[in-house]
Parts: sequence; structure tokens; C-alpha cells
Amino acid sequence: MNDEQQQAFEQCLYRFVGRQVCARTAAKDAVNEAMIRHWAETVGDANPAYTDAQWAARSARGRIIAPPAMMYSWNQEGFPVVAQGRAPDAQTELVDLFNENGFTGVLGTNVKQEYYKEIGLGERVHLEMVIDNISEQKATARGIGYFFETLASFSDQHGDLIGTQRFRVLKFIPPETAAAADGGGAEQDTLQTPTRIAAPRGHDNSWWWEACDQGQVLIQRCRNCQTLRHPPRPMCGECQSLDWDSIESCLEGELLSFTELHHPRIPGYPLPLICGVIRLREGVNLVANIVGAEEQALAIGMRVQGKVEQVDEKTMLPQFYPAENGVEK
Amino acid sequence: MVANIKDKAVICGIGNTEFSKNSGVSELNLAVRACKAALDDAGLSPADVDGMVTFTMDTSDEIEVARALGVGEMTFYGRAHYGGGAATATLHQAAMAVATGMAETVLCYRALNGRSGHRFSSGVSGTITTADAIHWGWYTPYGLLTPASWVGMFTQRWMHLTGVTKDALYEVAKATRDYAANNPAAFFHGQTFDRAEYDAQRMISTPLQLFDCCQESDGGSAVLVTTPERARDLRQSGVAIRGVAQCAARDQEQMTSFYRQEFAGIPEMERAARDAYAMSGLGPEDIDAAVIYDAFSSIVLWQLEAWDFCGFGESGDFVQDGALRPGGRLPVNTHGGQLSEAYIHGVNGIVEAVRLVRGTSVNQPAKTVEHALVTSGVGIPTGGALLGKQD
Ligand SMILES: [Zn+2]
Repeated sequence: MNDEQQQAFEQCLYRFVGRQVCARTAAKDAVNEAMIRHWAETVGDANPAYTDAQWAARSARGRIIAPPAMMYSWNQEGFPVVAQGRAPDAQTELVDLFNENGFTGVLGTNVKQEYYKEIGLGERVHLEMVIDNISEQKATARGIGYFFETLASFSDQHGDLIGTQRFRVLKFIPPETAAAADGGGAEQDTLQTPTRIAAPRGHDNSWWWEACDQGQVLIQRCRNCQTLRHPPRPMCGECQSLDWDSIESCLEGELLSFTELHHPRIPGYPLPLICGVIRLREGVNLVANIVGAEEQALAIGMRVQGKVEQVDEKTMLPQFYPAENGVEK
Repeated sequence: MVANIKDKAVICGIGNTEFSKNSGVSELNLAVRACKAALDDAGLSPADVDGMVTFTMDTSDEIEVARALGVGEMTFYGRAHYGGGAATATLHQAAMAVATGMAETVLCYRALNGRSGHRFSSGVSGTITTADAIHWGWYTPYGLLTPASWVGMFTQRWMHLTGVTKDALYEVAKATRDYAANNPAAFFHGQTFDRAEYDAQRMISTPLQLFDCCQESDGGSAVLVTTPERARDLRQSGVAIRGVAQCAARDQEQMTSFYRQEFAGIPEMERAARDAYAMSGLGPEDIDAAVIYDAFSSIVLWQLEAWDFCGFGESGDFVQDGALRPGGRLPVNTHGGQLSEAYIHGVNGIVEAVRLVRGTSVNQPAKTVEHALVTSGVGIPTGGALLGKQD
């Protein structure tokens, strides 16, 4: 897919955001003992609150309740879907759009349920579902693709919210298809742990990252006037010399600022994730992660000590720790 | 020496589309409709347009907009760079073109599906292919990927140096939201919040919580700029560009100028402010209301200082004294800002600044607004414009 094709595809794709998959619909069966028992047996949940009427009558609730995690099952379509297929809706249209554009791979990645209200026998679950969001294009270990998330809202016969379920699906171009399209050999389809987004390497910066890969943080130095500069660039802004060499930083420094990133979560990055600006003793500033302390323990002006460490399978990075001596005056 | 094009270009039309989280139409569609609305407002037709300016980030080419709109020959088209820093830069380019006679009537526009399409909050990714990929590469491996994280880093240090607290950030967000609550075009129309709700919002990147961050919106905004002579004959009373300036300062990066010896400041905006004041012959005391670029609550405070409404570190007290409110010293973001009306990259702010000078804001201050300030996004090369009633 070239840029224009991708844009055209995404124009169609993102129109699905906010579309209803199904309007509020009642489950075929009211909440009943038989279905609860089958569900509890299948998942191995022996909680008497779900299945033991006498025990439940004596409990604080005074009645049997349906297992909250079971809420999605009351509205499941059942065998007709297996035999006859699913009636078209916004989600099937979305999947068709993906498939037509080569994103034939499918992987359910997470389910998140939230519970608001308990329900008992005889009550009736209602389901409403929308396509809540679609990610931008991602390069995943499975292949290039998009995540989409449906949001199901479950309510009782009074319209009170019982719970919600978010279901996240990755639609991707399977490697064999991608390889065929590229005319290359098939890659192994193994799921890998995501790694950090690497810095692109070009003429002006690859030497810095290659040294980092070897455990060193270098600072570019003008060979003519000795001015240090970071990040690297081809010319000295003080004397316009193109001649440069570098020195290795001792990685001692002062914390000038920091921020802890809470949202959005990005695959491949650990929690807590704190970034800081460090004034290195050599006099230039460096952006890097601050580790080894909670955010509350950090203070602007604090002395920090860095080390180049392997942070994931592919990435070496300087990481800074609070220095032994604590806060600098 | 400041080039002087004071009053040589006049805003004669403004237009917005509706703002939403899912426009269901193309960005080109939004751009064309915003431009048509600005033409209708002025009482001009597409055939009268001979110039266009938009953002480098805009996906709707000038010629596509021209063809869809039915514009004939264009003798000037230009683009302004650096994200929201381009907002008033569009006026800057349009005013230069009109003042020099390179064009007579110039459309400035920006339209985006900022919520249903590409979302800025998703951050810069490894797949960007622009020339500044290397620049972002100094941050991506550490996870410093989103606008909120970059601004959080600046804000934390600025608060440390000045002693300004979250109370001031709250007042910026709250004053803006209260204006939006009264603006039917605003996403947060009818929805205000209190301190407890503000404090309860999720942390995005310390110290910025959800209500400190602007929305992501779908929509378009356009402004029509023409000569003073032509503006006098049109439907609306003209709003003159008294002063307009922009600046990229020393050691400037896009959003990450962390390598300056002191990075808790916006020297590029200080320079633009000095130049715009010098061009217009106005000072901060002459400015009655303002639209200040508010991608995040904290950046409004820095700009109040850069435009000399108060000194360094004094903006907290300035806003907590009620300055931004309807009866305050400087009513700010009376449309609800990008925090609460819509995020159209600051161009909806130019539309509101024009309304303030015309006297037609939905939250028009009781006092006469002779002059209004409107600014571009900060942390990047930036600028601003001073608007006043055409003589
Ligand atoms: Zn030099």
C-alpha cells in the first residue's frame, strides 16, 4: 500500500469509529440457574454465591447473583451463527474492509470488563455495542496492522448499567502475505516482546548511537574551538567549523526537569516511565530516562548518575539514578 | 528595525465548520466549507480569491481547495511551518502578500480530522519519514513521545523556578471551560467542572492532568484577508492587522528545546511580541482581550508573561486575580479555547479574535474591545497578531 492508498483506506476506516454494532437488545433468556451452573462448571468457579441457593439466602445479598464476568454470555448468539453466519453489522463491515485491503490476520489482544451492578435470577441483561476506537497503523510483531476496540454496555431491564466490556482486536497483514507482496521469503511468525521505538540513524547521529550500543555516551566537540554540542549536528554554531571529535561523558549530572508519562501507554516501555533533562557535568544537557526512584522522590536540582544499560532485547540507553549524595545545593 | 505593514491588510471574513469528534467527511471537505463560510461572511465569491495560506501540516493542498471552491487564478500561495506555531503565521504571510500587492484577497485556512483521523496524542512514531525524524529520535527511545510529555517537562521546571502552582493551571482551564459552557459551538457547551472534578481527572504526563490538555477535534476554520480599500466596501466592518510577527529563536527545536542553558521560557514569543508591539505602536495596556493558544493550560501563563501583561513568574497571581474572566483585566479565550471549544490548531482562535474586535463574541466583554491579541502555539517557532477596528 503506498501513502495515497493508505490515506484512502484510512478515510474509510476511521469512519467506523463511533458506529453502533447493535442497538440495545434483550438477552433471549432471563438470568437463570441452569446457565449460571454451566458457566461456573466450565470456568471452575465454585463460589456458592452463584450456585448454592441456601448459602446465598443466608448471605449478605440474600439471593443468588449471576457471576459478573459472565455478563457477556447472556447475549451470545449461539449455534445459529455457527451454522448460518452472522448477520451483517458495523463490525462485520469493518472486518470485511480490513480483509479486502489485505489485513486478513486477526488476533484478540485484550478484554477489559468493568462491573457496576449485580443482578439476580429472573432479571434480563440487555446489550448495546459500538466501535469505540481504531488505532493508527502500527508495526507489531505479528505484522503491520490496526487495533480496533468494541465497547459493549450491559444493562438490566431497568436500563441500569451492569457493566462494560472492551474487546481489542488486532487486524494485520500476515507475514506470508507481506513477504509475497515484497517478493521475499516468509518470515517466522513468532510473537515477540515489543521493543522501544528506535532512533532513526543518519549521517549526523549514527556514530552517537553506535557508541551508545557499546555502552558509551559521547559528546560532540568542535575541533577548532572546543565547544561541546548535543545533540550532534554537522557544523559548530560558534565558529562554523566542520571539524569535530568527541569526548566520553562521565554521566554525572543535575536533574533540570522531569515528567512521568501516564497516558497513553505505549507497548515496549516499562512503568513507571519517567523522562528527565540532565545537565551533564561537562556542561551540555541530555534527555534520558530516570530510573531507580519513584517520581515523588525526585526533585529538580538533584544530582543523578547515569549508566548505559540494555533496556530491552534491542536497545541500549543511558539511564539515570539518583546519586548517592542526594540533593545538591 | 521592524518591517511595517501596520493596517495594510484587513480581515474581512471568518468561518468555522461545526466541530466534532467524528466529522464523517474528508479534511478537504472541512477546508472548503470553512473557506466558503468566510467568503459568505465577507460577501465575496470564490472568484475574488487570488491567494491562499495554510499549514505545512494541512493535508488539503491549496489547488485542491481552489478547484473544489471554484477559485480562478491564484497569484500567491504559501504554507507556514511548525504545527500550531503556524496559526498566526498564516496571517503573517497573507498580510505580507496583500501589503506588497502580490495578492489582493487571501484565504487562510486549517482543517483537520484531529480526532477521527490522525491523533496528536498518539505521539510521534518510528514510521515518520520527514527530515526531522532524526530530531524525534533523541526522544522516542525514552518514551518522550507526546505533546503532553514535552510540555509537561517544560511546565515542571517553570513551576519549580516561579513557584506557580496547579491553582493557576486550574484557573486557566476553569475560566476557559466556563466560557465554553456558554458557547453553543463548543464541544463542552453546557458542561462545566469544579476543582474536585479537575483534580480527579487522570494524570497524562506530570504535572498535566486531562483538563490541562486540549481536545482533539474534527473541524475547519478560515479567515479572509484583503486590502483596506476593498475591506471598506464589504459586508462586515473590517478588522485590521495592526501588528503581526513570528520568530524562531536560538537553539530552537520543535517542542523540545531542552538544550538551552535555561529552557523554562519562550524567547521566540518574547521577540515576536516585541516586534508586533513595535509594528502596531501598541503596548500591553492597549490590549482589551486576547485569544491565547491553549494546547495546554500552562502555556497560556508563559504567553501572558511573554506579551508583558505581567512579569516572569507573575502570571499565576495575574490569572488568580480573575484577569481572564469576563469582567477581568484581559478576558482570554472567550470562545472556550482549544481546551474546551475545539482544537483547530489555533485558527478558530483567529476567528474568535476577529469576533472580539467586531463585538460579536458569544461571550463579548462589556467593555469595548479596541484591540485583541491572538497567538500561535508555543514550544515551537511561534508568533502572534494584534488586531483592531479598521479606521
Ligand atoms: Zn567551533
